[in-house]
Amino acid sequence: MATHKKTAPKKTSRASSAAKPAKKQVRKHQEQMLDEALEESFPASDPLPVDPGVTHVDNSSQLGVGDRAPDFALKATPDQTITLRQLLGKPIVLVFYPADWSPVCGDQVSLYNEMLSEFQEYGAQIVGISVDGAWCHTAFAKDRKLRFPLLADFEPKGAVAKKYGVYDASSGTTQRALFVIDGKGIVRWKYVSPVGINPGADGILDALDTLPKAGNA
Amino acid sequence: MSQLRRSVTAADHHQGPLDASIVVVEYGDYQCPYCGEEYPQLKKVQKHFGDKICFAFRNFPLTQAHPQAERAAEFAEAAATIGKFWEMHDALYENQRALDDDSLNRYARAIGLSDELIRSALDDAYIERIRKDFSGGVRSGVNGTPTLFVNGVRYNGERDADSLIQLFNEIA
Repeated sequence: MATHKKTAPKKTSRASSAAKPAKKQVRKHQEQMLDEALEESFPASDPLPVDPGVTHVDNSSQLGVGDRAPDFALKATPDQTITLRQLLGKPIVLVFYPADWSPVCGDQVSLYNEMLSEFQEYGAQIVGISVDGAWCHTAFAKDRKLRFPLLADFEPKGAVAKKYGVYDASSGTTQRALFVIDGKGIVRWKYVSPVGINPGADGILDALDTLPKAGNA
Repeated sequence: MSQLRRSVTAADHHQGPLDASIVVVEYGDYQCPYCGEEYPQLKKVQKHFGDKICFAFRNFPLTQAHPQAERAAEFAEAAATIGKFWEMHDALYENQRALDDDSLNRYARAIGLSDELIRSALDDAYIERIRKDFSGGVRSGVNGTPTLFVNGVRYNGERDADSLIQLFNEIA
């Protein structure tokens, strides 16, 4: 038995891959047809000249550590609104991220979703914010099995991100920015991640460590 | 810059000498397709550097996204108790498309795990170690899977073998 350890498992892999591809192929085919149809209707034109090093961040409000976090009222689902004020009383982790449906499995929101019990130990509530609409958030949250709210900074687009100084007008999305707000609504830590780099959670946990435990906040 | 907060010790699943000039730690998820892609790349890098490299693997199962990832990790930990961690680790990545309980059982048996050990994997006997790996990873700035740390610093660059070999040639 032990001598077959390499070959035995491989067989199962082939068997399972033979059983599954039909659905995948159909989807791939559909995607290809859609791509072709789009290409036909909207032929690619020369891209606008963009300097990749420059982001057009709206800095009209530059929120810093020690400042009061601006209140907001944003849709979490098509019929539920969440305000910052109602979250106060415990630490809040605000996660601004560029967009739902990022094509990576270990993306930022999925990581935080795995960490909810660790945030709970601090009594902290984590909230995601992007410019996607509430229906989009609902579908995304369902797909990724997210168990924390995603807020839609959708109309007027990016208004809350602008208040927090983390709107990127060139891409029309928020930056990848993290805020840790204490139970009284004061910004205690802030981090804006370089474009394309998922900041992880070490900074968030370090910041939560410096706060008084929930209940005393 | 995110730093590894827990350095590699004999308690880690590792290949190569702990005092090698290149120490790579992978935080990985057995069901993550990107980890699956990375698996042969790292093998190539290890082969290239031989005993100049130490490679350690720590668990980072994204359980919501990958329902079998934690179970697979439990089987690898069970195999580790009889010194067969790497056999199981390799079998899992080489058969990533089939990680259901039956398949895991089959790989475990092929490697030589007893019924008792298999039961221990199913009974959450190793869950604490896996969770400890996870929270240590989070603390160190693991931001998805796979995340690599090279000599204690999170590596954000290209992960193909050629890029890694080129980088390691510079630091080795």
